[in-house]
Amino acid sequence: MNLTELSARLGLETVSGSTEGREWRGVYAGDLLSRAMSHVKADNLWITIMPNANVVAVASLTEAAAVILAEGVELLPDALDAAEDNGIIVLSSKHTVFELCAAIYEASRGRA
Amino acid sequence: MSEPIRFHYDVDGENFTSAGEASVAVKKKLRQLGYPPDVIRKVSIAMYEGEINMVIHANGGAADVEVYDDRIVIILADHGPGIPNVELAMQEGYSTARDNIRALGFGAGMGLPNMKKYTDDMKIDTEVGVGTTITMTVDL
Repeated sequence: MNLTELSARLGLETVSGSTEGREWRGVYAGDLLSRAMSHVKADNLWITIMPNANVVAVASLTEAAAVILAEGVELLPDALDAAEDNGIIVLSSKHTVFELCAAIYEASRGRA
Repeated sequence: MSEPIRFHYDVDGENFTSAGEASVAVKKKLRQLGYPPDVIRKVSIAMYEGEINMVIHANGGAADVEVYDDRIVIILADHGPGIPNVELAMQEGYSTARDNIRALGFGAGMGLPNMKKYTDDMKIDTEVGVGTTITMTVDL
């Protein structure tokens, strides 16, 4: 299931970038940037409630497939600019971090 | 041995929004130079943590990266307050970041430990009231 399919299934809103053709593998959820920095792997989805530009820097450095903002959090304007400048995909959802993790787990069951 | 490739960045101490720009720039350069992803990841994480530390604690500083045939050296120098107790600062979870900094997602107390973890060598030269220079080496 690619990112476009997952996004549709979870009802995610695209805030920045395009999910078109983007693959993903694995998920990390958490808000402390140093933790995310050492645990988000390339092509991971990173679920967080942090809306600032530093999230974009960490997503860029870790080569995350996308950032998913939970609980209806809105990306701050300077962070949106940074995301667009760096080609970072940011998606958003009204759901909680737990609900998103559970939904992604369900959606990805049976995947190789 | 040939001359190293050098990159220099001034790290702005006032701007949390742009914090990490030097690390992102270095990552792009290393990718252009064709270094393997695991090397780029190590350099990126170590340098980002150091860069953030300079912004949070030292009002900015200078970041220099030297790329040799067999290693990449990252030198982060600031004129901040210095680290009174390096052993304590190296402990995972220990942080002196203020609440407004923590609200941005920093202050996990993982900065220096991550820098050590993701590099092959790390030296901390620090003097209270004078500043801190951290030299990190990633072997190729």
